[in-house]
Amino acid sequence: MAKVVAVTGNEAVANALRQVNPDVCAVYPITPQTEMMQRFSSFVSDGQVKTELILVESEHSAMSSCVGASAAGGRVITATSSQGLALMWEILFIASGTRLPIVMPVVNRALSAPLNIHGDHSDAMGARDTGWIQLWSENGQEAYDNTIQAFRIAEHMDIRLPAMICMDGFIISHSIERLEYLDDQDVQAFVGKFKQLNPLLDIEHPVSYGPLILPDYYMEYRRAQAEVATKVAQVVLDVADDFAQLSGRKYGLFETYRLDDAEIGLVILNSAAGTSKDVVDEFRDRGIKAGLFKPRLYRPFPYEETGEALKHLKALCVLDRADCFGGSFGPVFVDIATSLYPYRERPILINKIYGLGGRDYLPGHAELVLNELVDVAQTGTVRNYKEYIGVRE
Amino acid sequence: MAKALTLKELSKREINISSGHRLCSGCGAPIVVKMVLLASDYPVVAANATGCLEVSTCISDYTSWKIPWIHNAFENAAATLSGVETMYRSLKKQGKISQDIKFIAFGGDGGTYDIGLQSLSGAMERGHDMLYICYDNGAYMNTGIQRSSATPFGADTTTRPAGSVVPGKTEKRKNLTKIMAAHNIPYVAQASPSHWSDLMKKVRKALEISGPKFMNIMAPCNRGWRTRTDDAIMLSRLAVETCFWPLYEIENGVTKITFKPKEKKPVVDFLKPQGRFKHLFKPENEGLLAKIQTDIDWEWEKLQKEEACFTS
Ligand SMILES: Cc1ncc(C[n+]2csc(CCOP(=O)(O)OP(=O)(O)O)c2C)c(N)n1
Ligand code: SF4
Ligand SMILES: [Mg+2]
Repeated sequence: MAKVVAVTGNEAVANALRQVNPDVCAVYPITPQTEMMQRFSSFVSDGQVKTELILVESEHSAMSSCVGASAAGGRVITATSSQGLALMWEILFIASGTRLPIVMPVVNRALSAPLNIHGDHSDAMGARDTGWIQLWSENGQEAYDNTIQAFRIAEHMDIRLPAMICMDGFIISHSIERLEYLDDQDVQAFVGKFKQLNPLLDIEHPVSYGPLILPDYYMEYRRAQAEVATKVAQVVLDVADDFAQLSGRKYGLFETYRLDDAEIGLVILNSAAGTSKDVVDEFRDRGIKAGLFKPRLYRPFPYEETGEALKHLKALCVLDRADCFGGSFGPVFVDIATSLYPYRERPILINKIYGLGGRDYLPGHAELVLNELVDVAQTGTVRNYKEYIGVRE
Repeated sequence: MAKALTLKELSKREINISSGHRLCSGCGAPIVVKMVLLASDYPVVAANATGCLEVSTCISDYTSWKIPWIHNAFENAAATLSGVETMYRSLKKQGKISQDIKFIAFGGDGGTYDIGLQSLSGAMERGHDMLYICYDNGAYMNTGIQRSSATPFGADTTTRPAGSVVPGKTEKRKNLTKIMAAHNIPYVAQASPSHWSDLMKKVRKALEISGPKFMNIMAPCNRGWRTRTDDAIMLSRLAVETCFWPLYEIENGVTKITFKPKEKKPVVDFLKPQGRFKHLFKPENEGLLAKIQTDIDWEWEKLQKEEACFTS
């Protein structure tokens, strides 16, 4: 029987991790993730999990020890935010290149400088091309559900890639929401037993991890990794089907909201999607065909499916909670534009940068953007392809 | 306490790092690794920091390692092995593994004294049951002989070359062995492949002690030291006999010198055969040579006093 609770996002994900009951967990504090690992550490202290903790001296060592523990042959987790994820960056590539199914919740937070502890997506966007699977979550329920599904996806024998579960710092990590917990036994049965693959601790079958590969074979190795990425989407869908049977909650590669007959639309990740849906409803009430697209599997990015879902729109705004410095567009915009590029008929695209460093994203912002899209769709002209919104001029 | 191995017993043991690797001929590093692995009565899982040893022993699709081995990155061999060891403890506690396995990390001086010091310090402080071995060749050799904090005073390196105004390295070596001892871990030792029996005895002792252990082992590099390719053992012996590299151990805080040269040789005996110190023998650098000798004398004196604290 599912249990209805009122908990914070951090608490929900910590509980998912307790239910999965991994073998090893590396712990290091950073706001706004800290509370999640504190809660998990209490589960260890109270004997509610079998997990061995590694109380590392940095996030670099957190990810390094996760690589060692995962190669050794068991289920491994850690969690981080912001500077912590940035410090791990070097080893993120080693985790994915070594094909180790480490699972890591990332509580999204802005990057320094200037120092800021609040939510935006700069941290995970900086890690989007590290070879990790990324599942993004609108609210505590999705973060909880994605965490449980992440183990099945990452550990799938055709995949064996690390996965991060992203959720917005403070807005989700520290807000209390109503959500439903699955039963412990159901979660256990759903994730199943960890399947070892070439474990380092198998003394009878010694393996060498982390070789040097010279130009003669490096490229083949990398291509093999790129090919694995193409298989992830189907596994995500299969796991989502099983999860729907268990929980009644359906997930896909992305969520579309009133999009099928829409003429204008928003593309937006995580918590701000919830705010935007209300405004989409208001526009629908006024007879304006607005819709919304919320990526879930952001890496590997499902380009074809995304392009198919968006190609019929007249005008589309991609809202990015991170910027790519150097004069380009926001990261999500670049991916959406790429997914639509193959179509002769495609929507006019604009890009808004919002909510950096925890700046509020309010219904009024969505309203302004949708009004602009009405105008773009009617006139076919664009005032500004990329713009910061909710910012002092 | 493991008993000492006889040569006869050793000759029957399998060598777990195979020949055919791509380290330079005469390199000290694989000699050290061979001795360390031969000393163990237990199955060993090894971790390796990026560096000469690592890049030359596992070039896909080949590996010289007959035991499970993992290379992660340059600065994190200790953290990586702490993860492996923690998974071992977890699986053992769950009854999924029953064997006794020992965990040994190998890092160069750059990967240990410098970029990997935080990772090593953390792993030691956390108390993982592992032995970390630094094979010290006194520079970043894999990238072409750059200065590290283990490079001896006065040595010529590619980032602190001896020139008309700079006489090579102008700072003293960091005393990493003492830094590790200051972690209050149960066992810290310094060893040299010239004294193979002493080296192996220390490894065997370390593997019998549970908790974190650290050994600093001299590993001559003929490329970086600019010496003959067959001089590694002779040079490591001179390092010991001049007290440039004293052999000692610190067990539960108690210092014991494990080899005392009958007659301490002058340090120039160790410096002279090495091209990296050649400039020190110019007349204008006489003072530098004298300083090196004074520093060694003082360190040796201090070490003997530390030992005496516990024996008197
Ligand atoms: C983060 C990082 N910085 C720099 C390097 C380049 N690098 C690889 S091996 C090496 C030198 C290793 O020196 P040491 O640890 O003393 O081992 P040795 O090669 O001398 O045996 C360096 C600088 C790297 N691989 N990673
Ligand atoms: S450069 Fe030195 S340390 Fe590296 S393989 Fe050659 S002799 Fe050994
Ligand atoms: Mg070196």
